Amino acid sequence: MTTEAGSETEVKEKPEESPAEPDQSEKPLEETQEVANAKDEEAIEKVKEKDGKEGKGISRFLPTWLKKQKSQSQTSPTKEVPPTEEEDSKVTQEKQEPAPEVNGHAEEEEETEEVKTEQVKEQEAESHSNASADTEPAKEERAEESTEKSPEDSKEATEGEKAEKEDKQVEAERQAEEGQTSIFQSPLRLVRKNKMKLVVCHVTLLDGTEFTCEVEKRAKGQYLFFKVCEHLNLLEKDYFGLSYTDSHEQKCWLDPTKEIKRQIRSNNWQFGFSVKFYPPDPSLLTEDITRYLLCLQLREDVASGRLPCSFVTHALLSSYTLQAEFGDHEPDQARPLDFISQLNIAPSQNKEMEEKILELHKSHKGMTPAQADTQFLENAKKLSMYGVDLHHAKDSEGVDIMLGVCANGLLVYKDRLRVNRFAWPKILKISYKRNNFYIKIRPGETEQFESTVGFKLQNHRSAKRLWKVCVENHSFFRLSAPEPPTKARFLTLGSKFRYSGRTQSQTRMASSLIDRPAPNFERTSSKRISRSLDGAPMISITDASNENGREPHMELHSDSKQQQPLGASEPGLSQDHDKTQEEVLKHQASISQLKRSFMEAPPPSPPKVNQWENRLTSSPATMRIQQQQVGSVPPTETTTADNTIPDTKEPEKTTEVEIEETIVIQEVSRASKPGPVLVAAVLPAEPPAEGESRECRVRSEEKVAVVEEAQPKRQESISSESESDEEAEYHPNVTVSFCHTQIPEEKEEDEEEEQEKIEKDMRKEEDSSVPDSSEQTKAEEQPREAEPKAERKTSEGVCQADDSVSDPMMTPDKALNGHALPDEAVVTPAEKEEEPKVNGEASVVEAQLCPQVICCSEPPVVKTEMVTISDTFAAQKTEIATKEVPIVHTETKTITYEAAELDGNSDKEPGVLMTAQTITSESLCTTTTTHITKTLKGGLSETRIEKRIVITGDCDIDHDQALAQAIKEAKEQHPDMSVTRVVVHKETELAEEEED
Amino acid sequence: MANVCPYGRFTHAVVRGIPETFGTTLGDGCKNAEASVDLAKAKRQFGCLTGALRQKVGLQLVEIPPDPELPDSWRMEDVAVIQGDTALITRPFRQQRRSEAEAVRRVMSELHLTVVEMGDVEGDTGGATLEGSDVLFTGREFFVGISSHTNRRGAEVLADTFRDFAVSTVPVCGGARLKNICSMGGPDTIIISNSDGAKKTLRMMEQLTDHHYEVLTVPEESAANCVYIKGPAKHDFLLHRPVEECPDSVSAFQKLQDYTLLPTACSEASKLGAVLSSHCLLIDRKHTHF
Repeated sequence: MTTEAGSETEVKEKPEESPAEPDQSEKPLEETQEVANAKDEEAIEKVKEKDGKEGKGISRFLPTWLKKQKSQSQTSPTKEVPPTEEEDSKVTQEKQEPAPEVNGHAEEEEETEEVKTEQVKEQEAESHSNASADTEPAKEERAEESTEKSPEDSKEATEGEKAEKEDKQVEAERQAEEGQTSIFQSPLRLVRKNKMKLVVCHVTLLDGTEFTCEVEKRAKGQYLFFKVCEHLNLLEKDYFGLSYTDSHEQKCWLDPTKEIKRQIRSNNWQFGFSVKFYPPDPSLLTEDITRYLLCLQLREDVASGRLPCSFVTHALLSSYTLQAEFGDHEPDQARPLDFISQLNIAPSQNKEMEEKILELHKSHKGMTPAQADTQFLENAKKLSMYGVDLHHAKDSEGVDIMLGVCANGLLVYKDRLRVNRFAWPKILKISYKRNNFYIKIRPGETEQFESTVGFKLQNHRSAKRLWKVCVENHSFFRLSAPEPPTKARFLTLGSKFRYSGRTQSQTRMASSLIDRPAPNFERTSSKRISRSLDGAPMISITDASNENGREPHMELHSDSKQQQPLGASEPGLSQDHDKTQEEVLKHQASISQLKRSFMEAPPPSPPKVNQWENRLTSSPATMRIQQQQVGSVPPTETTTADNTIPDTKEPEKTTEVEIEETIVIQEVSRASKPGPVLVAAVLPAEPPAEGESRECRVRSEEKVAVVEEAQPKRQESISSESESDEEAEYHPNVTVSFCHTQIPEEKEEDEEEEQEKIEKDMRKEEDSSVPDSSEQTKAEEQPREAEPKAERKTSEGVCQADDSVSDPMMTPDKALNGHALPDEAVVTPAEKEEEPKVNGEASVVEAQLCPQVICCSEPPVVKTEMVTISDTFAAQKTEIATKEVPIVHTETKTITYEAAELDGNSDKEPGVLMTAQTITSESLCTTTTTHITKTLKGGLSETRIEKRIVITGDCDIDHDQALAQAIKEAKEQHPDMSVTRVVVHKETELAEEEED
Repeated sequence: MANVCPYGRFTHAVVRGIPETFGTTLGDGCKNAEASVDLAKAKRQFGCLTGALRQKVGLQLVEIPPDPELPDSWRMEDVAVIQGDTALITRPFRQQRRSEAEAVRRVMSELHLTVVEMGDVEGDTGGATLEGSDVLFTGREFFVGISSHTNRRGAEVLADTFRDFAVSTVPVCGGARLKNICSMGGPDTIIISNSDGAKKTLRMMEQLTDHHYEVLTVPEESAANCVYIKGPAKHDFLLHRPVEECPDSVSAFQKLQDYTLLPTACSEASKLGAVLSSHCLLIDRKHTHF
């Protein structure tokens, strides 16, 4: 290999080679482009899958050093530095064939990167000097960039990180375009691309400009979406989406989890980037650039009349636009008027409007662009039609109406008049059949029966589209609803089922962790640069500093409440964090209370979540991280859940989207021991005497834990999975989080099939139950089924949970979940084994070693010991492997599993146990609290709190009462938590054996 | 949005005196005024009302002289719906009343309000009728009661005029007019009567709204209509019917914290189906609506 040229190529190659050593071997053999192409193709596929998820987003956001570390790890083992050279040699070989090498490498790199992304990330840091650094950058663009940048990188090995990042961001756009062009320049590349079947996508951005990029023909929606976000330097991307116009001139959202080609069904690769979910409180957005984009969208909405507003409001909004774009009003200049006309601010723009705008503009003097944007949003968000997505329909009487989907629910308009409204909590089920759209309404206070309201849409497609929008909006917003003290914010999870992205609460969590200097962006209409702060848009990975040079102006946005002038910029930023933290603290407090009340032991500290990871999660690939964050919150809730067990059932009925937590309560009644009735938590250690029972319990607990985790995190995890899993587009499991709300899904693919009614229970993941799904495309079904199975396998507990319905406690919930039944039918083997003796048998009398399982309500003794009641969903994702689930055998022990690679690795790994803590305090009442935090695929972490309460007392003790009391107390302490599972274990005479 | 601010901030009240022909036309409430109205008493009560608004609450009072040709002209509330700096001149159900708007229109212009005519909006408003006493503005949204005097078309015009706000239609079940069964008792408080019809209407409102309102239920329908004003001194004033007119409901008003309660008699007007709020149009001009 030659000197410098080689270095460039080397860099590129290294990643490629390092990740895939075999590739290298192969390469030398063939060396030809064809080989490269073949690789590329494979790589592309992989890349697509992975890139979409991890590679791009994650790699991009990950600190360079992390990336480098990983790369090194991958590369280092094999070749590290030398490899580069070797690669170089290879490269040289390839290079002998002009450019093709580069291309091939780039692609290859992508593959390798994708595969090894995680490792690479970690190691990359170490290998800064190594060429690998080059590959590290954004994976998606890497290929392209790498080719272009590689030279730079090679030169700037150490600096490569920054340079790359900067280059990437700065040049990302260029690369996207230029890179492509450059690539094209080399004949080889052309060839490859042709082979790879690249397609040029045209994405119309919010500022009216067009972004052009190439994607593989089989790329999924998220690949393109992330490319666009990367181009925009947008981190809070969950509020946005790509749309396309279908053959019927209808605007449809591009499903990120599906191949673009299959969605657009045409050769018109034109897309629009726009706001998909209008944040109810834009001030909670973390970054100004996000607000800016939202402003652009709203300007368009107002101008087009989609967002109706009064004359005054219109003028006011326009005046803020002027201020943001052009700054203070200059009396000398007549510009503003020109600008106004340029801006095409309003449909009914006239002289009067212009004058009003100018008048108002003058009053904004001194306002920074960011402040003006914030003010704009503060006013726009109050408009009654803000964020309302209208759909034409007819009511049951054939009268034309509009159905508006928004963050709060479904609105019914007749002309401009609101004639009805169905808040998400009131909606039990959303379904469509042919061109009919149905919602099932929860009975009101005075009503006894559920009612179903039907609307007629123009055709099946529009019904389906409406249904999907409803599902997505419900998923995105519902959980974060601030209304009741529910867990919504933290726990909030979207219904996974169809919505593959993050929920609002999740994205807030993630965005709160954004730690990068406010990116510079140019206001296209005015070319005004909002921020001059940090020259290079570096993304700092370190959690420590939030401060990155935010300018005072910027600060305003961060303040959720408002845009106060300068000063509080950072505070503002931190506000989000603060809020979440506050909530967390609350939860913790509540948890701690529980602990105090039940146990004397110090409250377990909630597992730390890597904020970073959360950030990373923004990219689909990184979803895992989110889970962690989320997980952190859930734990507290879980604890509460435990307490609430009895309540949860009821709440579940009512609450639509709640995180269900399982509580494992074991009652051990010692006949022999005369003590007063004690409520003790005997979670971890089951009576030794009952070997089987113990095991069962342990399993069940673990399972339960898994279930719980899965539930709270599921949404996230699900989403992540969905994204991560290329094959599985739908995650039925997602639904779990929604207790009552059922959203019947129709298969997207099957859109054509009219009859499909797939109803999903929002609550439960048991998508499998979906009977109608038969119509669904096989692909969808398969994934769904597969997941459940996987879950079953991995976490037997989950299935059990469903099965447990048999328990009286559970019944209500189950009843609610009609769908659950099928799943329930499937009883995990483990449970079956355990279950045998459930209810019905009077165990109390028998003082035998056999632990008896007693349902809370029912005293019957089950010899087998365990009755597991789980309200939530059975198995969500295979990801959660039982194996990984930490088993807490000893109460006092704290087991912490740290995922070796939180960032990248998580993708492949189903669930990594982050931490497990068990705190046991012994007393008459023994309460054991176990915190288990797992990392799921998505990068999400779930924390489940298991509480074991051991009630020790004479036979006389009313266990049911004691249990009820314990649950009641727990419930009171953690009103926002729900009890997912209650396991009652009754033991007679075994008391001594109990280790707890 | 710009125009959204807590309900109750007013600076001006526009009223119109009691004409000598008071009661000569059938009030919409009572088909046949059984009890003959006492004109003098009605004038006294009107004087008390305006006095309270001006001296107690501290509003600037704009009084339009009565017009004997327009026996119902004192029902100012019906003639216009005002929010922010926009005044929608309504189209009352009864043809005879439509000429009442002229004087009101003039006053609105003098107060520099943007006057919107129902006829202006969106071309044909054929058949559209709207009366202000069927409109409940909460500061966040409008509820328009579909009654014998207000129809859906009228509500549509209102929605077109006040585009910033959600405009919901509700059936008026418990009374002739929406404002007869409910009124605002605070920035987020709705006072509503205890009748079944009113409850039904309230349920509908609760169903339709995105916001949460406190609800103050009063046992007598006559007590359900109050006038809440946050005075210039940021003090809460509530004009309500005196004990004599609603003996059972006054105690409910006492629950309102830190309110200055102003018992205001309205017995004569109520014989014609009117209520306290019927007498005045409340305007906030000091507050910049931006």
